[in-house]
Amino acid sequence: MPPLLFYLLALITLGFGFMVVTGRNPVSCALSLAACFVGLAALFLSLDAYFIGVIQILVYAGAVMVLFLFIIMLLDIKAEEGRKLSFAPIISGVLVAVLLVMQIITVVSSSAIANKSSTNTPLALTESAGKIGRAAALPTITNDLKEGTLPDAKLIGFTLFDQYGFHLQVVGLLLLVGTIGVVVLSKRERSSAP
Amino acid sequence: MITLGHYLVVSGMLFALGLAGVIARRNIIIVYMCLEMMLSAANLALVGFSRYHLVNGLPDYTAQSLVFFTITVAAAEVAVGLAIIVALFRTKQSVDVESVTKLQG
Repeated sequence: MPPLLFYLLALITLGFGFMVVTGRNPVSCALSLAACFVGLAALFLSLDAYFIGVIQILVYAGAVMVLFLFIIMLLDIKAEEGRKLSFAPIISGVLVAVLLVMQIITVVSSSAIANKSSTNTPLALTESAGKIGRAAALPTITNDLKEGTLPDAKLIGFTLFDQYGFHLQVVGLLLLVGTIGVVVLSKRERSSAP
Repeated sequence: MITLGHYLVVSGMLFALGLAGVIARRNIIIVYMCLEMMLSAANLALVGFSRYHLVNGLPDYTAQSLVFFTITVAAAEVAVGLAIIVALFRTKQSVDVESVTKLQG
């Protein structure tokens, strides 16, 4: 990936992220967050994680942001106007963030693993076709690998259903519990209503 | 040359932005958006590690499965959290974090 493109995407992601934190109007904050997630999805694509990138767009930039905008519309929240800022939380927030970033930069600059790039760790697609273990039973994966394309979604699906089948069912149960919880939470209690 | 370190620094900066927002902002909905941003930043670090930790010449798909689970849990969390915010707004008529002090005793 060309470095310029990476810096552009990182700028989009971080710039819109900054606008989420500093914006006064909740609607513009939500739209900035959607743009931030689109930039992040592009970064995922640049890391050869096509499935995760598409999921990021569909779930975050699509479903979650629509939910946020819907709630903002439902509650009819006005922008915070003329409110005096309290400086203690702002200063402590900036301080914690700067400390965290400095810490991460120090750790990253002193570790050897951070020097890995796509030139010194390239994907070996055609060579890996014979070494994928049980996934070799699926001809569609091996054929893709032999042709030199990365069957990203197929390999994630194989990993999920081969190794994490139980976990997948637990997550399904979690979504069911979440749905029921939302219905229970947003139901008006008739007895306490005036 | 873009290395894993670049992605990790971007991920850390996005996480720090979200953390600053959670600490500094007072609108519950924006605090919630910043939480989502922090979760996504963690996902970026995971996907970066997945790409540069090759298993037989392919990315490590265990990490990407974890990202899949994280996204699912985050979606469920958003739904429940926004329902709680709506219920809170009904009783307090406000989305300011400082209007909710009932547990302070």
